[in-house]
Amino acid sequence: MFKDFLQMKGVTKRQLETLLSSAEEMKRRIKSKDKFSDELKGKIVATLFYENSTRTRTSFEDACKYLGAAVASLDVATSSVQKGESLVDTAKTIEAMGTDAIVIRHSVSGAPKLVADSVDIPVINAGDGLHAHPTQALLDLFTVREHFGKVEGLTVAIIGDIKHSRVARSNMESLTTMGATVKVFAPPTMLPMGIERMKCVVCRTIEEAFVGTDAVMGLRIQLERQQTGLFPSYGEYSRFFGINAERMKLANKSAIIMHPGPVNRGVELAYDVLDADCCRKDEQVANGVAVRMALLKAILEEKK
Amino acid sequence: MIKITGADVFGKKTDVLVDGDRIKDIGDLGGKYADAEVVDADGLALLPAFVDMHVHLREPGQEYKEDIESGSRAAVAGGFSAVCCMPNTKPVTDNKYIVKYVKTRAEEVGLAKVYPIAAVTVGQEGKTITEMGKLKEAGAVAFSDDGRPVENAQTMRVAMEYAKQFDALIISHCEDISLAAGGVMNEGYTASEAGYRGITRAGEEVMVAREIVLADALDTKVHIAHISTKGSVRLIADAKRAGIKVSCETCPHYFAATDELCAGGDPNAKMNPPLREEEDRKAIVEAIKDGTVDAIATDHAPHAAHEKLSFADAANGICGLETSFALAYTYLVRSGEITLERLSELMTAGPAALVGIPCGKIEKGGLADLVLADLNEKYTIDPDKFFSKGRNTPFGGREVYGKVRMTMVNGKIKYKDGKIC
Repeated sequence: MFKDFLQMKGVTKRQLETLLSSAEEMKRRIKSKDKFSDELKGKIVATLFYENSTRTRTSFEDACKYLGAAVASLDVATSSVQKGESLVDTAKTIEAMGTDAIVIRHSVSGAPKLVADSVDIPVINAGDGLHAHPTQALLDLFTVREHFGKVEGLTVAIIGDIKHSRVARSNMESLTTMGATVKVFAPPTMLPMGIERMKCVVCRTIEEAFVGTDAVMGLRIQLERQQTGLFPSYGEYSRFFGINAERMKLANKSAIIMHPGPVNRGVELAYDVLDADCCRKDEQVANGVAVRMALLKAILEEKK
Repeated sequence: MIKITGADVFGKKTDVLVDGDRIKDIGDLGGKYADAEVVDADGLALLPAFVDMHVHLREPGQEYKEDIESGSRAAVAGGFSAVCCMPNTKPVTDNKYIVKYVKTRAEEVGLAKVYPIAAVTVGQEGKTITEMGKLKEAGAVAFSDDGRPVENAQTMRVAMEYAKQFDALIISHCEDISLAAGGVMNEGYTASEAGYRGITRAGEEVMVAREIVLADALDTKVHIAHISTKGSVRLIADAKRAGIKVSCETCPHYFAATDELCAGGDPNAKMNPPLREEEDRKAIVEAIKDGTVDAIATDHAPHAAHEKLSFADAANGICGLETSFALAYTYLVRSGEITLERLSELMTAGPAALVGIPCGKIEKGGLADLVLADLNEKYTIDPDKFFSKGRNTPFGGREVYGKVRMTMVNGKIKYKDGKIC
């Protein structure tokens, strides 16, 4: 299918559909009694996380285990100097040990590409800087499709810190590739320059973001990615930019709420929607394992 | 004596006789001066050699990037007879000993003339102003904390006010650090798409405005380094119309490239100020045409390969000495924006006047700092052939016109047909 999985840009509708179908099968399998297979037996996947992560890392590692691949989990602290150089050296070392694929997360945009350009084994991007988080977008796509039975023709609103969100960038690509419309809404300080040329419609009011929308995606307020306060307080944020039950009434009937997690409870999502039936955040986590299994299988089997 | 025959001097076929460091005779010299060494310049343009008022030679302290010798070789290969080097050396050129060292070392190398620029503040730390009087006596031609802005407005005010006593030019690197906010490329669509932190144009313009206001309030001069935005052009043009003594330079990359070069993550397209958008590029060209821009400088900033590995982490800056004239000729003269005379002014007399140094002039008695260039042959820029230690340029592979064939400094040939002499 492809050697590396670095970004959603350039991934075709057909490729996405193949991955989603495979992920459906994987999800069925995880829910059954016989959830382990040996499809990737004899393979070693290294997870190289230069940024903190709970769900993405565990999700990749569980996906490997379900498929019978061994996991080499590397603990790497963020180095501040000459990241480029040491990163490439680390990746080459991992390759030299006979590892079959590298899953990498890095705070610097473009770091996975740098690695992919310097090793022959497949590289999967588990999130790089503000650039891309393609497996998150894949699981979001799966979640939408699972709920609605389709993606084409749907409207998805992404609300929150678009400027600092790799999730938003990847979702804009994959959702529009599949024929959905993407709307975005954020405080002006959290919209990137040039947003009008990106694959989305910018809403001027929060109401616009909800009316006619099938899926509302809240983004985590990335305190760790902000320099100075881009909004005055959590209270002000939830009041003017938060997702709550009242606002969900403006959305389409069977609309769902998604969030890549971890949620700042009561901020991006109000308490009255956090545990509502329409909130799919836990289902997203389950789907994350399934889509990563599909992806690892596609990439590592390709290599055979 | 050297007799340059058949050269094209701004459209007129001319012979030039160089004796010592001066042009002794000029015109149709026929068979005169038969004992002189002859340089056949048929089909080549003869221009005053170029003056670059903004380069980084990295010595002392970072000789692995460049040193005075390699930088001087790059200068003469690029047609420059004189360069002014910035003080962000290690240690910083903030005292007369380093100024003298740089001058002495350049004289030992004996290629281009090297004029040091000293720091505005001790250690470029933005706190205490340097001994401008002593530094000027030692040979500093201007003062700048280039690479870093003088963040504190009061410090800059004191520096500009004090510099008046010595008629010293302050060159300001305009960048509001709080606005630049850790960005790595121009803030705009390309950065947003690629997920790179952006650098707002306002970061440059806020400080351009500050320097103009200070120059006006103090009735003194100030020079703005490497302008890159449409807003900076407007501010400077307005100030000039109001009679404020502000001058500015821009660099070839700001009129020959846009931030689209950064889209693929090429670390060699990373510099500060960053490549901007087409609208800015056009404004810079207009400013060159209408006289807002006083000089073209390279901001020659060589780096080692290991400092240019990935875009986000890469050091800022590109090599400029060996591509400057060709880029300027190709994108300004050949494209019909300005005449060769105007380009010559921007690359020689303009910058020389700003820093108060001699430069070549093609007339009887003129200083024989000269360059011969082939304006008609198309060639491809090949960084591997640079004399600089740096290979960092986003222009590798670009087809340009304006190859430098020979450079003469003080009447002596220092570069000819690919070789340092």
